[in-house]
Amino acid sequence: MKVLVPVKRVIDFNIKVKVKGDQTGVDLSNVKMSMNPFDEIAVEEALRLREKGNATEVIAVSIGPQAAQETIRTALAMGADRGILVKAEGDVEPLAVAKILKAICEEEKPGLVILGKQAIDDDSNQTGQMLAALLGWPQGTFAHKIELSDAAISVEREIDGGLQTVELKLPAVVTTDLRLNEPRYASLPNIMKAKKKPIAEKTPADYHVDATPRLKVIKVTEPPKRRAGVKVKTAAELVDKLKNEAGVI
Amino acid sequence: MASLVIAEHDNAVLKDATAKTASAAAQLGAPVHVLVAGYQCGAVAAAAARLPGVEKILIADAQAFARMIAEPMEQLIVGLAPGYDAILAPATTNGKNYMPRVAAKLDVPQVSEILAVESPDTFRRPIYAGNAIQTVQAPAGKKVITVRTTAFKPLEGAGSAPVENVAAPADPGISKFVSEELSRSERPELTSAKIVISGGRGLQSGENFHLLEKIADKLHAALGASRAAVDAGFVPNDYQVGQTGKVVAPELYIAVGISGAIQHLAGMKDSKVIAAINKDEEAPIFQIADYGLVADLFKAIPEMEQELTRLGY
Ligand SMILES: Cc1cc2nc3c(=O)[nH]c(=O)nc-3n(C[C@H](O)[C@H](O)[C@H](O)COP(=O)(O)OP(=O)(O)OC[C@H]3O[C@@H](n4cnc5c(N)ncnc54)[C@H](O)[C@@H]3O)c2cc1C
Repeated sequence: MKVLVPVKRVIDFNIKVKVKGDQTGVDLSNVKMSMNPFDEIAVEEALRLREKGNATEVIAVSIGPQAAQETIRTALAMGADRGILVKAEGDVEPLAVAKILKAICEEEKPGLVILGKQAIDDDSNQTGQMLAALLGWPQGTFAHKIELSDAAISVEREIDGGLQTVELKLPAVVTTDLRLNEPRYASLPNIMKAKKKPIAEKTPADYHVDATPRLKVIKVTEPPKRRAGVKVKTAAELVDKLKNEAGVI
Repeated sequence: MASLVIAEHDNAVLKDATAKTASAAAQLGAPVHVLVAGYQCGAVAAAAARLPGVEKILIADAQAFARMIAEPMEQLIVGLAPGYDAILAPATTNGKNYMPRVAAKLDVPQVSEILAVESPDTFRRPIYAGNAIQTVQAPAGKKVITVRTTAFKPLEGAGSAPVENVAAPADPGISKFVSEELSRSERPELTSAKIVISGGRGLQSGENFHLLEKIADKLHAALGASRAAVDAGFVPNDYQVGQTGKVVAPELYIAVGISGAIQHLAGMKDSKVIAAINKDEEAPIFQIADYGLVADLFKAIPEMEQELTRLGY
Protein backbone atom coordinates (compact mmCIF):
# COMPACT_ATOMS: atom_id res chain seq x y z
CA MET A 1 0.00 0.00 0.00
CA LYS A 2 1.21 3.48 -0.86
CA VAL A 3 0.90 6.30 1.67
CA LEU A 4 0.61 9.87 0.42
CA VAL A 5 1.78 12.66 2.73
CA PRO A 6 1.07 16.27 1.76
CA VAL A 7 3.55 18.72 3.33
CA LYS A 8 3.27 22.50 3.48
CA ARG A 9 6.03 25.11 3.66
CA VAL A 10 5.12 27.61 6.36
CA ILE A 11 6.74 30.21 8.57
CA ASP A 12 8.71 28.49 11.33
CA PHE A 13 6.62 28.00 14.47
CA ASN A 14 9.15 29.88 16.62
CA ILE A 15 8.71 33.11 14.71
CA LYS A 16 6.17 35.75 15.62
CA VAL A 17 4.80 37.24 12.43
CA LYS A 18 4.60 40.96 11.70
CA VAL A 19 1.66 42.43 9.88
CA LYS A 20 2.67 44.56 6.88
CA GLY A 21 2.11 48.30 7.15
CA ASP A 22 -0.10 48.33 4.06
CA GLN A 23 -2.41 45.68 5.57
CA THR A 24 -2.04 43.31 2.61
CA GLY A 25 -0.69 40.41 4.65
CA VAL A 26 2.18 39.43 6.92
CA ASP A 27 5.84 40.00 6.22
CA LEU A 28 7.42 36.77 5.01
CA SER A 29 10.61 38.24 3.57
CA ASN A 30 13.78 36.90 5.19
CA VAL A 31 11.99 34.82 7.79
CA LYS A 32 12.78 31.20 8.49
CA MET A 33 10.42 28.79 6.75
CA SER A 34 9.95 25.16 7.77
CA MET A 35 7.71 22.19 7.24
CA ASN A 36 4.36 22.66 9.00
CA PRO A 37 4.89 20.85 12.35
CA PHE A 38 1.75 18.72 11.98
CA ASP A 39 3.04 17.53 8.59
CA GLU A 40 6.28 16.35 10.18
CA ILE A 41 4.12 14.19 12.42
CA ALA A 42 2.33 12.92 9.30
CA VAL A 43 5.61 12.02 7.58
CA GLU A 44 6.80 10.24 10.71
CA GLU A 45 3.62 8.18 10.96
CA ALA A 46 3.85 7.15 7.31
CA LEU A 47 7.47 6.09 7.77
CA ARG A 48 6.54 4.00 10.79
CA LEU A 49 3.87 2.23 8.73
CA ARG A 50 6.47 1.44 6.09
CA GLU A 51 8.96 0.25 8.70
CA LYS A 52 6.30 -2.06 10.18
CA GLY A 53 5.65 -3.48 6.72
CA ASN A 54 2.19 -1.93 6.42
CA ALA A 55 3.18 0.48 3.66
CA THR A 56 5.35 -0.08 0.62
CA GLU A 57 6.06 3.48 -0.44
CA VAL A 58 5.78 6.95 1.10
CA ILE A 59 5.19 9.82 -1.32
CA ALA A 60 5.57 13.44 -0.15
CA VAL A 61 3.56 16.06 -2.04
CA SER A 62 3.81 19.81 -1.69
CA ILE A 63 1.74 22.47 -3.37
CA GLY A 64 3.48 25.83 -3.29
CA PRO A 65 6.31 27.89 -4.74
CA GLN A 66 9.54 26.39 -6.13
CA ALA A 67 11.03 26.76 -2.64
CA ALA A 68 8.55 24.17 -1.37
CA GLN A 69 10.95 21.70 -2.92
CA GLU A 70 13.03 22.17 0.26
CA THR A 71 10.07 21.00 2.29
CA ILE A 72 9.81 17.89 0.14
CA ARG A 73 13.57 17.34 0.55
CA THR A 74 13.07 17.46 4.32
CA ALA A 75 10.44 14.72 4.02
CA LEU A 76 12.77 12.70 1.77
CA ALA A 77 15.61 13.17 4.26
CA MET A 78 13.35 11.85 7.02
CA GLY A 79 12.84 8.79 4.81
CA ALA A 80 10.05 9.35 2.27
CA ASP A 81 10.70 7.60 -1.05
CA ARG A 82 9.86 10.24 -3.63
CA GLY A 83 8.23 13.63 -4.04
CA ILE A 84 5.75 15.53 -6.14
CA LEU A 85 5.96 19.32 -6.28
CA VAL A 86 2.90 21.09 -7.65
CA LYS A 87 4.11 24.60 -8.38
CA ALA A 88 1.74 27.41 -7.52
CA GLU A 89 2.54 30.96 -6.45
CA GLY A 90 0.65 32.88 -3.80
CA ASP A 91 -2.06 31.55 -1.52
CA VAL A 92 -3.62 28.29 -2.55
CA GLU A 93 -6.81 27.72 -0.59
CA PRO A 94 -7.58 24.40 1.13
CA LEU A 95 -10.29 23.53 -1.42
CA ALA A 96 -7.90 23.94 -4.37
CA VAL A 97 -5.23 21.93 -2.53
CA ALA A 98 -7.80 19.21 -1.86
CA LYS A 99 -8.75 19.13 -5.56
CA ILE A 100 -5.12 18.77 -6.63
CA LEU A 101 -4.57 16.03 -4.03
CA LYS A 102 -7.69 14.26 -5.23
CA ALA A 103 -6.29 14.14 -8.77
CA ILE A 104 -2.96 12.84 -7.43
CA CYS A 105 -4.81 10.15 -5.44
CA GLU A 106 -6.61 9.06 -8.59
CA GLU A 107 -3.24 8.63 -10.30
CA GLU A 108 -1.24 7.12 -7.45
CA LYS A 109 -4.02 5.14 -5.75
CA PRO A 110 -2.68 5.33 -2.18
CA GLY A 111 -4.38 3.30 0.55
CA LEU A 112 -3.96 6.10 3.03
CA VAL A 113 -3.37 9.85 2.95
CA ILE A 114 -1.93 11.33 6.15
CA LEU A 115 -2.05 15.12 6.53
CA GLY A 116 -1.46 17.60 9.35
CA LYS A 117 -4.69 18.66 11.05
CA GLN A 118 -3.97 22.31 10.37
CA ALA A 119 -1.29 24.52 8.89
CA ILE A 120 0.07 27.00 11.41
CA ASP A 121 -0.10 29.89 8.92
CA ASP A 122 -3.76 30.09 7.84
CA ASP A 123 -5.01 27.88 10.73
CA SER A 124 -7.83 26.66 8.46
CA ASN A 125 -8.07 23.00 9.53
CA GLN A 126 -9.87 21.99 6.31
CA THR A 127 -7.70 20.25 3.71
CA GLY A 128 -7.84 16.65 4.93
CA GLN A 129 -11.59 16.73 5.48
CA MET A 130 -12.17 18.32 2.05
CA LEU A 131 -9.99 15.74 0.34
CA ALA A 132 -11.85 12.91 2.06
CA ALA A 133 -15.21 14.34 0.97
CA LEU A 134 -14.12 14.85 -2.65
CA LEU A 135 -12.88 11.26 -2.82
CA GLY A 136 -15.87 9.88 -0.92
CA TRP A 137 -13.46 8.38 1.62
CA PRO A 138 -13.84 8.26 5.39
CA GLN A 139 -11.66 10.41 7.64
CA GLY A 140 -10.00 10.12 11.01
CA THR A 141 -9.13 13.67 12.02
CA PHE A 142 -6.98 14.83 14.97
CA ALA A 143 -5.37 11.39 15.26
CA HIS A 144 -3.81 10.45 18.59
CA LYS A 145 -3.12 6.84 17.64
CA ILE A 146 -3.75 4.72 14.54
CA GLU A 147 -3.86 1.00 14.02
CA LEU A 148 -3.98 -0.59 10.61
CA SER A 149 -5.54 -3.93 9.78
CA ASP A 150 -6.22 -5.53 6.38
CA ALA A 151 -9.08 -3.48 5.02
CA ALA A 152 -9.62 -0.99 7.81
CA ILE A 153 -7.90 1.50 10.05
CA SER A 154 -8.78 2.32 13.62
CA VAL A 155 -8.15 5.94 14.58
CA GLU A 156 -8.17 7.25 18.13
CA ARG A 157 -9.03 10.96 17.88
CA GLU A 158 -8.45 13.92 20.19
CA ILE A 159 -11.89 15.48 20.72
CA ASP A 160 -13.18 18.25 22.97
CA GLY A 161 -14.33 15.82 25.65
CA GLY A 162 -11.39 13.40 25.55
CA LEU A 163 -10.65 10.62 23.10
CA GLN A 164 -12.84 8.89 20.52
CA THR A 165 -12.07 5.83 18.44
CA VAL A 166 -13.54 5.30 14.97
CA GLU A 167 -13.01 2.52 12.49
CA LEU A 168 -12.67 3.46 8.84
CA LYS A 169 -12.72 1.40 5.67
CA LEU A 170 -9.64 1.80 3.50
CA PRO A 171 -8.75 3.84 1.56
CA ALA A 172 -9.00 6.64 4.11
CA VAL A 173 -7.71 10.05 5.14
CA VAL A 174 -6.05 10.67 8.51
CA THR A 175 -5.09 14.05 9.96
CA THR A 176 -2.51 14.23 12.73
CA ASP A 177 -2.69 15.75 16.18
CA LEU A 178 0.29 16.58 18.38
CA ARG A 179 0.41 13.39 20.41
CA LEU A 180 0.48 10.90 17.50
CA ASN A 181 4.27 10.58 17.56
CA GLU A 182 7.50 12.50 17.92
CA PRO A 183 8.99 13.08 14.48
CA ARG A 184 12.56 11.95 13.90
CA TYR A 185 15.40 14.21 12.84
CA ALA A 186 17.01 13.53 9.50
CA SER A 187 20.51 12.09 9.86
CA LEU A 188 23.34 13.48 7.77
CA PRO A 189 23.66 10.36 5.57
CA ASN A 190 19.90 10.48 4.97
CA ILE A 191 20.08 14.15 4.03
CA MET A 192 22.72 13.21 1.45
CA LYS A 193 20.65 10.29 0.17
CA ALA A 194 17.60 12.50 -0.13
CA LYS A 195 19.35 14.64 -2.72
CA LYS A 196 19.21 11.74 -5.15
CA LYS A 197 15.56 10.86 -4.58
CA PRO A 198 13.23 11.90 -7.42
CA ILE A 199 10.86 14.86 -7.24
CA ALA A 200 8.35 15.20 -10.08
CA GLU A 201 7.37 18.77 -10.96
CA LYS A 202 3.80 19.56 -11.90
CA THR A 203 1.38 22.47 -12.08
CA PRO A 204 -2.26 22.75 -10.99
CA ALA A 205 -3.16 22.84 -14.71
CA ASP A 206 -1.70 19.34 -15.11
CA TYR A 207 -4.49 18.24 -12.79
CA HIS A 208 -7.10 20.52 -14.38
CA VAL A 209 -7.46 22.52 -11.18
CA ASP A 210 -7.88 26.29 -11.07
CA ALA A 211 -5.89 27.35 -8.00
CA THR A 212 -7.04 30.97 -8.01
CA PRO A 213 -8.21 31.98 -4.52
CA ARG A 214 -11.96 32.38 -4.15
CA LEU A 215 -11.95 34.17 -0.83
CA LYS A 216 -11.03 37.80 -1.20
CA VAL A 217 -8.68 39.12 1.47
CA ILE A 218 -9.82 42.68 2.14
CA LYS A 219 -7.14 43.39 4.70
CA VAL A 220 -4.88 41.90 7.33
CA THR A 221 -4.53 43.80 10.59
CA GLU A 222 -2.89 43.46 13.98
CA PRO A 223 -4.98 42.04 16.79
CA PRO A 224 -5.81 44.34 19.71
CA LYS A 225 -2.70 44.67 21.87
CA ARG A 226 -2.61 43.71 25.52
CA ARG A 227 -0.30 45.56 27.83
CA ALA A 228 1.67 44.19 30.73
CA GLY A 229 -0.09 45.11 33.95
CA VAL A 230 1.36 45.26 37.43
CA LYS A 231 3.57 42.91 39.42
CA VAL A 232 2.33 41.88 42.83
CA LYS A 233 4.62 40.75 45.63
CA THR A 234 2.68 37.99 47.35
CA ALA A 235 -0.09 35.49 46.69
CA ALA A 236 -2.26 37.35 49.21
CA GLU A 237 -1.81 40.58 47.27
CA LEU A 238 -2.78 38.75 44.07
CA VAL A 239 -5.99 37.52 45.68
CA ASP A 240 -6.71 41.02 46.96
CA LYS A 241 -6.25 42.56 43.49
CA LEU A 242 -8.40 39.93 41.80
CA LYS A 243 -11.15 40.45 44.36
CA ASN A 244 -11.10 44.17 45.05
CA GLU A 245 -9.52 45.77 41.98
CA ALA A 246 -10.51 43.52 39.06
CA GLY A 247 -13.62 42.13 40.75
CA VAL A 248 -13.32 38.78 39.00
CA ILE A 249 -13.42 36.43 42.01
CA MET B 1 -33.35 32.32 2.26
CA ALA B 2 -32.33 31.32 5.75
CA SER B 3 -29.18 30.40 7.67
CA LEU B 4 -28.73 26.95 9.16
CA VAL B 5 -26.89 26.48 12.45
CA ILE B 6 -25.69 22.99 13.36
CA ALA B 7 -26.28 22.37 17.07
CA GLU B 8 -23.53 21.18 19.41
CA HIS B 9 -24.83 18.73 22.02
CA ASP B 10 -24.30 15.31 23.57
CA ASN B 11 -27.83 13.99 22.87
CA ALA B 12 -28.94 15.11 26.33
CA VAL B 13 -27.74 18.69 26.76
CA LEU B 14 -27.60 21.54 24.26
CA LYS B 15 -24.14 23.14 24.53
CA ASP B 16 -23.93 26.93 24.78
CA ALA B 17 -21.71 26.91 21.67
CA THR B 18 -25.01 26.55 19.79
CA ALA B 19 -26.51 29.77 21.17
CA LYS B 20 -23.29 31.63 20.37
CA THR B 21 -23.22 30.29 16.83
CA ALA B 22 -26.89 31.24 16.42
CA SER B 23 -25.98 34.72 17.57
CA ALA B 24 -23.32 34.94 14.83
CA ALA B 25 -25.86 33.59 12.33
CA ALA B 26 -28.40 36.25 13.33
CA GLN B 27 -25.89 38.89 12.22
CA LEU B 28 -26.19 37.61 8.65
CA GLY B 29 -29.68 39.11 8.66
CA ALA B 30 -31.64 36.07 7.43
CA PRO B 31 -33.95 33.86 9.50
CA VAL B 32 -32.04 31.31 11.60
CA HIS B 33 -32.88 27.61 11.69
CA VAL B 34 -31.10 25.11 13.95
CA LEU B 35 -30.39 21.51 13.01
CA VAL B 36 -30.20 19.05 15.88
CA ALA B 37 -28.61 15.88 14.51
CA GLY B 38 -28.27 13.14 17.08
CA TYR B 39 -29.82 10.02 18.53
CA GLN B 40 -32.68 10.13 21.00
CA CYS B 41 -32.05 13.84 21.20
CA GLY B 42 -35.60 15.17 21.62
CA ALA B 43 -34.66 17.04 24.79
CA VAL B 44 -31.93 18.84 22.90
CA ALA B 45 -34.37 19.92 20.18
CA ALA B 46 -36.75 21.18 22.87
CA ALA B 47 -33.94 23.22 24.41
CA ALA B 48 -32.94 24.57 21.00
CA ALA B 49 -36.57 25.63 20.40
CA ARG B 50 -36.26 28.02 23.34
CA LEU B 51 -33.24 29.86 21.87
CA PRO B 52 -34.02 33.50 21.12
CA GLY B 53 -34.11 34.59 17.49
CA VAL B 54 -34.48 31.11 16.04
CA GLU B 55 -37.39 30.46 13.66
CA LYS B 56 -37.33 26.73 13.23
CA ILE B 57 -35.68 23.62 14.63
CA LEU B 58 -34.92 20.65 12.42
CA ILE B 59 -34.34 17.36 14.16
CA ALA B 60 -32.65 14.38 12.52
CA ASP B 61 -32.81 11.56 15.03
CA ALA B 62 -30.96 8.42 13.98
CA GLN B 63 -28.23 6.21 15.33
CA ALA B 64 -25.82 7.34 12.61
CA PHE B 65 -25.75 10.82 14.18
CA ALA B 66 -25.27 9.68 17.79
CA ARG B 67 -21.62 10.80 17.83
CA MET B 68 -21.77 13.28 14.94
CA ILE B 69 -19.43 11.13 12.86
CA ALA B 70 -18.32 13.22 9.88
CA GLU B 71 -19.49 11.07 6.95
CA PRO B 72 -23.19 10.77 7.82
CA MET B 73 -23.23 14.39 9.05
CA GLU B 74 -21.92 15.51 5.65
CA GLN B 75 -24.71 13.64 3.84
CA LEU B 76 -27.40 15.08 6.07
CA ILE B 77 -26.21 18.69 5.87
CA VAL B 78 -25.47 18.62 2.14
CA GLY B 79 -28.99 17.27 1.63
CA LEU B 80 -30.46 20.24 3.50
CA ALA B 81 -28.16 22.81 1.87
CA PRO B 82 -30.41 23.75 -1.11
CA GLY B 83 -32.74 25.52 1.34
CA TYR B 84 -30.03 27.72 2.84
CA ASP B 85 -27.73 30.61 1.95
CA ALA B 86 -25.40 30.02 4.85
CA ILE B 87 -24.49 27.07 7.05
CA LEU B 88 -22.72 27.68 10.34
CA ALA B 89 -21.24 25.38 12.96
CA PRO B 90 -19.27 26.12 16.11
CA ALA B 91 -15.52 25.53 15.72
CA THR B 92 -15.59 22.60 18.14
CA THR B 93 -13.85 19.36 17.27
CA ASN B 94 -17.22 18.23 15.85
CA GLY B 95 -17.73 21.30 13.69
CA LYS B 96 -14.13 21.24 12.51
CA ASN B 97 -14.56 17.60 11.58
CA TYR B 98 -17.72 17.64 9.44
CA MET B 99 -17.94 21.21 8.09
CA PRO B 100 -15.06 21.14 5.57
CA ARG B 101 -16.65 18.02 4.05
CA VAL B 102 -19.85 19.99 3.55
CA ALA B 103 -17.96 22.91 1.97
CA ALA B 104 -16.06 20.60 -0.39
CA LYS B 105 -19.24 18.85 -1.47
CA LEU B 106 -20.89 22.21 -2.16
CA ASP B 107 -17.71 23.36 -3.95
CA VAL B 108 -17.37 26.49 -1.82
CA PRO B 109 -14.47 27.68 0.32
CA GLN B 110 -15.02 27.42 4.08
CA VAL B 111 -14.44 30.45 6.27
CA SER B 112 -12.91 29.01 9.45
CA GLU B 113 -13.30 30.30 13.02
CA ILE B 114 -14.86 33.70 12.39
CA LEU B 115 -14.44 36.31 15.12
CA ALA B 116 -16.84 38.89 13.70
CA VAL B 117 -19.42 39.40 10.95
CA GLU B 118 -18.68 42.60 9.02
CA SER B 119 -21.47 42.07 6.50
CA PRO B 120 -23.36 38.98 5.28
CA ASP B 121 -20.38 37.97 3.10
CA THR B 122 -17.42 39.52 4.95
CA PHE B 123 -15.86 38.15 8.11
CA ARG B 124 -12.88 38.58 10.40
CA ARG B 125 -10.83 35.56 11.34
CA PRO B 126 -7.52 34.90 13.09
CA ILE B 127 -4.46 33.63 11.21
CA TYR B 128 -0.92 32.84 12.40
CA ALA B 129 -2.06 31.86 15.90
CA GLY B 130 -4.07 35.05 16.20
CA ASN B 131 -1.06 37.29 15.57
CA ALA B 132 -2.87 38.69 12.54
CA ILE B 133 -6.55 39.17 11.81
CA GLN B 134 -7.76 38.64 8.28
CA THR B 135 -10.86 40.31 6.86
CA VAL B 136 -12.17 38.05 4.09
CA GLN B 137 -15.04 38.28 1.67
CA ALA B 138 -16.64 35.02 0.61
CA PRO B 139 -17.69 34.64 -3.04
CA ALA B 140 -21.33 34.75 -4.15
CA GLY B 141 -23.10 31.51 -3.40
CA LYS B 142 -23.47 29.50 -0.23
CA LYS B 143 -21.44 30.40 2.81
CA VAL B 144 -19.96 27.65 4.94
CA ILE B 145 -18.65 29.03 8.20
CA THR B 146 -17.26 27.83 11.51
CA VAL B 147 -17.57 30.18 14.44
CA ARG B 148 -15.12 30.89 17.25
CA THR B 149 -17.73 30.86 19.98
CA THR B 150 -15.74 32.89 22.51
CA ALA B 151 -16.14 35.88 20.16
CA PHE B 152 -19.97 35.90 20.23
CA LYS B 153 -22.44 36.38 23.07
CA PRO B 154 -25.72 34.46 23.04
CA LEU B 155 -28.75 36.61 22.23
CA GLU B 156 -30.95 37.58 25.17
CA GLY B 157 -34.48 36.41 25.69
CA ALA B 158 -36.35 33.23 24.91
CA GLY B 159 -38.00 31.83 21.83
CA SER B 160 -40.49 29.11 21.01
CA ALA B 161 -39.60 27.75 17.61
CA PRO B 162 -41.50 24.85 16.06
CA VAL B 163 -39.64 21.52 15.75
CA GLU B 164 -39.77 19.70 12.44
CA ASN B 165 -38.50 16.20 11.69
CA VAL B 166 -36.15 15.68 8.78
CA ALA B 167 -35.48 12.30 7.24
CA ALA B 168 -32.05 10.81 7.83
CA PRO B 169 -30.22 9.76 4.67
CA ALA B 170 -28.72 6.28 4.70
CA ASP B 171 -25.38 6.02 6.52
CA PRO B 172 -22.63 5.83 3.85
CA GLY B 173 -21.27 2.89 5.85
CA ILE B 174 -17.58 3.70 5.46
CA SER B 175 -16.91 4.71 9.05
CA LYS B 176 -18.11 3.57 12.41
CA PHE B 177 -17.94 4.71 15.99
CA VAL B 178 -16.09 2.29 18.25
CA SER B 179 -15.61 3.88 21.66
CA GLU B 180 -15.10 7.04 23.61
CA GLU B 181 -13.02 7.85 26.65
CA LEU B 182 -14.33 11.09 28.07
CA SER B 183 -12.70 13.05 30.87
CA ARG B 184 -15.31 13.30 33.61
CA SER B 185 -15.30 16.28 35.86
CA GLU B 186 -17.64 18.07 38.21
CA ARG B 187 -16.02 21.33 37.23
CA PRO B 188 -17.35 23.74 34.61
CA GLU B 189 -16.41 23.17 30.97
CA LEU B 190 -13.17 24.76 29.92
CA THR B 191 -14.63 26.75 27.04
CA SER B 192 -17.55 28.21 28.98
CA ALA B 193 -16.12 28.64 32.50
CA LYS B 194 -15.94 32.15 34.01
CA ILE B 195 -12.58 31.35 35.59
CA VAL B 196 -9.86 29.09 34.18
CA ILE B 197 -6.70 28.06 36.00
CA SER B 198 -4.08 26.42 33.81
CA GLY B 199 -0.84 24.66 34.60
CA GLY B 200 2.27 24.19 32.51
CA ARG B 201 5.51 22.29 32.54
CA GLY B 202 6.38 24.12 35.76
CA LEU B 203 3.90 21.86 37.60
CA GLN B 204 6.37 18.98 37.10
CA SER B 205 3.82 16.15 37.47
CA GLY B 206 0.17 15.19 37.20
CA GLU B 207 0.11 14.79 40.99
CA ASN B 208 0.95 18.44 41.41
CA PHE B 209 -2.13 19.48 39.42
CA HIS B 210 -4.01 18.72 42.66
CA LEU B 211 -2.59 21.99 43.94
CA LEU B 212 -4.46 23.79 41.17
CA GLU B 213 -7.59 21.69 41.70
CA LYS B 214 -7.93 23.01 45.23
CA ILE B 215 -7.99 26.58 43.92
CA ALA B 216 -10.29 25.61 41.06
CA ASP B 217 -12.77 24.13 43.53
CA LYS B 218 -12.83 27.30 45.61
CA LEU B 219 -13.31 29.56 42.58
CA HIS B 220 -15.60 27.22 40.58
CA ALA B 221 -12.96 27.34 37.88
CA ALA B 222 -12.17 24.98 35.03
CA LEU B 223 -8.73 23.44 34.72
CA GLY B 224 -6.58 23.92 31.64
CA ALA B 225 -3.01 23.23 30.61
CA SER B 226 -0.25 24.06 28.18
CA ARG B 227 0.78 21.66 25.46
CA ALA B 228 3.94 20.81 27.40
CA ALA B 229 1.84 19.65 30.39
CA VAL B 230 -0.36 17.51 28.11
CA ASP B 231 2.57 16.04 26.17
CA ALA B 232 4.25 15.12 29.45
CA GLY B 233 1.10 13.22 30.43
CA PHE B 234 0.27 15.39 33.47
CA VAL B 235 -3.32 15.88 32.26
CA PRO B 236 -5.53 14.61 29.38
CA ASN B 237 -5.36 16.12 25.88
CA ASP B 238 -8.69 17.93 26.24
CA TYR B 239 -7.11 20.29 28.79
CA GLN B 240 -4.88 21.90 26.15
CA VAL B 241 -5.42 25.61 25.65
CA GLY B 242 -3.91 27.24 22.57
CA GLN B 243 -3.61 27.65 18.84
CA THR B 244 -4.13 23.96 18.29
CA GLY B 245 -6.14 23.19 21.42
CA LYS B 246 -9.09 24.99 22.97
CA VAL B 247 -9.69 28.71 22.80
CA VAL B 248 -10.97 30.26 26.01
CA ALA B 249 -11.94 33.81 26.97
CA PRO B 250 -13.02 33.70 30.61
CA GLU B 251 -13.39 36.63 33.02
CA LEU B 252 -10.20 35.44 34.71
CA TYR B 253 -7.38 33.24 33.40
CA ILE B 254 -4.68 32.19 35.84
CA ALA B 255 -1.53 30.79 34.19
CA VAL B 256 0.70 28.85 36.56
CA GLY B 257 4.16 27.63 35.52
CA ILE B 258 3.43 28.50 31.87
CA SER B 259 6.04 30.46 29.90
CA GLY B 260 3.62 32.08 27.44
CA ALA B 261 4.61 30.71 24.01
CA ILE B 262 2.71 32.30 21.10
CA GLN B 263 0.83 29.04 20.58
CA HIS B 264 -0.44 29.15 24.15
CA LEU B 265 -1.30 32.86 24.07
CA ALA B 266 -3.40 32.21 20.96
CA GLY B 267 -5.83 30.28 23.12
CA MET B 268 -6.22 32.66 26.06
CA LYS B 269 -5.20 36.21 25.24
CA ASP B 270 -8.78 37.38 24.85
CA SER B 271 -9.49 36.61 28.51
CA LYS B 272 -10.80 39.66 30.36
CA VAL B 273 -8.23 39.50 33.16
CA ILE B 274 -5.01 37.47 33.08
CA ALA B 275 -2.97 36.57 36.14
CA ALA B 276 0.34 34.74 35.90
CA ILE B 277 2.52 32.97 38.44
CA ASN B 278 5.99 32.12 37.21
CA LYS B 279 9.38 32.03 38.87
CA ASP B 280 11.10 33.56 35.85
CA GLU B 281 10.48 37.29 35.71
CA GLU B 282 11.45 37.29 32.03
CA ALA B 283 8.72 34.80 31.07
CA PRO B 284 6.75 36.18 28.09
CA ILE B 285 3.46 35.49 29.87
CA PHE B 286 4.15 38.59 32.01
CA GLN B 287 4.02 40.79 28.89
CA ILE B 288 0.29 40.19 28.61
CA ALA B 289 -0.67 39.52 32.24
CA ASP B 290 -2.68 42.13 34.14
CA TYR B 291 -1.32 40.76 37.40
CA GLY B 292 2.03 39.02 37.59
CA LEU B 293 3.51 37.23 40.55
CA VAL B 294 7.16 36.25 40.24
CA ALA B 295 7.36 33.33 42.62
CA ASP B 296 7.87 29.60 43.02
CA LEU B 297 4.45 28.17 42.36
CA PHE B 298 4.94 25.47 45.01
CA LYS B 299 5.02 28.23 47.56
CA ALA B 300 2.61 30.68 45.93
CA ILE B 301 -0.25 28.29 45.19
CA PRO B 302 -0.63 26.95 48.76
CA GLU B 303 -0.46 30.55 49.98
CA MET B 304 -3.12 31.57 47.53
CA GLU B 305 -5.29 28.72 48.73
CA GLN B 306 -4.84 29.77 52.36
CA GLU B 307 -5.73 33.34 51.57
CA LEU B 308 -8.87 32.26 49.73
CA THR B 309 -9.86 30.08 52.67
CA ARG B 310 -9.28 32.97 55.05
CA LEU B 311 -11.59 35.12 52.95
CA GLY B 312 -14.30 32.48 53.07
CA TYR B 313 -14.02 30.98 49.56
C1 LIG C 1 2.50 22.99 16.00
C2 LIG C 1 2.54 23.43 17.42
C3 LIG C 1 1.36 23.63 18.08
C4 LIG C 1 1.35 24.02 19.41
N1 LIG C 1 0.15 24.22 20.03
C5 LIG C 1 0.14 24.59 21.33
C6 LIG C 1 -1.10 24.83 22.02
O1 LIG C 1 -2.19 24.73 21.45
N2 LIG C 1 -1.04 25.18 23.33
C7 LIG C 1 0.15 25.32 24.02
O2 LIG C 1 0.13 25.62 25.22
N3 LIG C 1 1.32 25.12 23.38
C8 LIG C 1 1.34 24.74 22.06
N4 LIG C 1 2.53 24.51 21.46
C9 LIG C 1 3.77 24.45 22.29
C10 LIG C 1 4.37 25.80 22.64
O3 LIG C 1 5.22 26.21 21.60
C11 LIG C 1 5.19 25.68 23.94
O4 LIG C 1 6.18 24.69 23.78
C12 LIG C 1 4.35 25.31 25.17
O5 LIG C 1 3.22 26.16 25.26
C13 LIG C 1 5.19 25.43 26.42
O6 LIG C 1 4.47 24.99 27.54
P1 LIG C 1 4.86 25.53 29.01
O7 LIG C 1 4.72 27.00 29.03
O8 LIG C 1 4.07 24.74 29.98
O9 LIG C 1 6.36 25.04 29.14
P2 LIG C 1 7.71 25.88 29.17
O10 LIG C 1 7.84 26.77 28.01
O11 LIG C 1 8.78 24.90 29.45
O12 LIG C 1 7.52 26.83 30.44
C14 LIG C 1 7.47 26.38 31.75
C15 LIG C 1 7.44 27.62 32.63
O13 LIG C 1 7.27 27.23 33.97
C16 LIG C 1 8.06 28.08 34.78
N5 LIG C 1 8.35 27.35 36.02
C17 LIG C 1 9.06 26.20 36.16
N6 LIG C 1 9.08 25.82 37.45
C18 LIG C 1 8.37 26.74 38.14
C19 LIG C 1 8.05 26.90 39.52
N7 LIG C 1 8.45 26.03 40.45
N8 LIG C 1 7.31 27.97 39.88
C20 LIG C 1 6.89 28.88 38.96
N9 LIG C 1 7.18 28.77 37.65
C21 LIG C 1 7.91 27.72 37.25
C22 LIG C 1 9.29 28.37 33.97
O14 LIG C 1 9.89 29.58 34.38
C23 LIG C 1 8.71 28.45 32.56
O15 LIG C 1 8.38 29.79 32.22
C24 LIG C 1 2.56 24.17 20.10
C25 LIG C 1 3.77 23.99 19.43
C26 LIG C 1 3.76 23.63 18.11
C27 LIG C 1 5.06 23.45 17.40
